Amino acid sequence: MAEIWQGITAAFWLIVTFDADLYEIAARSLLVTCSAVALAALIGLPLGAWLAVSRYRLRRLVIALLNALMGLPPVVVGLVVYLLLSRSGPFGVMGLLFTPWAMIIAQVVILTPLIASIAHQSIRDLWAEYHDLLISLHTTRSQRIKTLLWDSRRALLTAALAGFGRGIGEVGAIMIVGGNIDHVTRVMTTAIALETSKGDFALAIGLGFVLIGLAVAVNLALHMLSGTEVRDRW
Amino acid sequence: MVTILPLSVQSATVVKNGTRLLGPVDLSLGETGLTIVLGPNGAGKSTLLRLLHGLEKPAEGRLRFAAPRHETYAKQAFVFQTPVMLRRTVLGNLTYPLTAHGTKRAEAEKQALTWLNTIGLAGHEQQRASQLSGGERQKLALARALIRAPQLLFLDEPCANLDGASTRDIERLILTARAAGTRILMATHDLGQARRLATDVLFLHKGQIVESGPASAFFDAPQTPEAQAFLKGDLVL
Repeated sequence: MAEIWQGITAAFWLIVTFDADLYEIAARSLLVTCSAVALAALIGLPLGAWLAVSRYRLRRLVIALLNALMGLPPVVVGLVVYLLLSRSGPFGVMGLLFTPWAMIIAQVVILTPLIASIAHQSIRDLWAEYHDLLISLHTTRSQRIKTLLWDSRRALLTAALAGFGRGIGEVGAIMIVGGNIDHVTRVMTTAIALETSKGDFALAIGLGFVLIGLAVAVNLALHMLSGTEVRDRW
Repeated sequence: MVTILPLSVQSATVVKNGTRLLGPVDLSLGETGLTIVLGPNGAGKSTLLRLLHGLEKPAEGRLRFAAPRHETYAKQAFVFQTPVMLRRTVLGNLTYPLTAHGTKRAEAEKQALTWLNTIGLAGHEQQRASQLSGGERQKLALARALIRAPQLLFLDEPCANLDGASTRDIERLILTARAAGTRILMATHDLGQARRLATDVLFLHKGQIVESGPASAFFDAPQTPEAQAFLKGDLVL
């Protein structure tokens, strides 16, 4: 219990004294996760919409597979991305291993199925509502996908936020491909893991509180900017 | 301008999950008029409209428009019994069919505002369509169907569950569209409405067209026992 109280105090002092390391790590965490969420949303949202409006033989299998991939073990993803980006791997020549780019790639792999799956579920319900109308208006498949994405944008924000939540708290994959290098690839979660292994529980918990605060702040900011949960909104 | 009518239907059936819902149906739809589709619940009125509009595929038989099939889609419109509102503003709902087919937004909004005046929803442009009353939604759905000036309009019980004033407004819009040359096929339960609007009637029973002809002949001297029972208000079994 004492560690928790010390952690709160540590978090408070780190923030109010503008601790340079803390702000650098927090900024890198946000940069990596926000980039990964943006890229995963760019892939996952249209994929979810396409799955909702398309009918083909293996559709159920693909959707089941996508849902299963939501639970991808980050450590396994990290290992596979590590092997692909390592010097002897097919993309080794790009020199991305142990850089924030490698962390972003690993997170995109983890987040895309999650965002696509949540988007698919929201868009599928809207498609059931719109189906006859959009067919009747003789829209093309790409117009239907665009319409569904636009009209379910608030539900899709939830999908992106779920991705952000998973990404910002992820440690396994980014530890492997990033290496937790000080001032290069160290982020909040890997710093917490490091402080814990060093036995500095108070600082680890302090960083944990800052991480939670960061996640809550980003969620609140996005909700306020998009006007969700406001009266008379869908 | 390409004319898609007349439409002829030959021995068309609609089958779902092994059950025949409609047909075989044979009919011909000329270039003018307002055909009312009558029949008891489950007779296949909506299925017939959906088949002709292309929302259902025929299991057997065929439909033949006067124009190639791909040219007919843009010249038809459908209004559903329960209006489907896009999760957008009133203006956004009305401009959608235009912008989706290449009209510039400014031009689409200009046309939409004219229609909003016509249907009595001027001033509601920025209101969310989901906030409209049932009658207002149906008027908006009808305007959305008419905004591209279709040659053929399908109406599936557009006045079901509406109050008298809304029904009157909808009927005025329908008659205006008909006067402008739109061919209309409308399903309804309301015999009074059928008498007010119909130029001719299709009477369906158990998925078959059992009687068809000019409205006056149908209402004055129905030929089949099913139509006679229906007009008397008896149960049609």
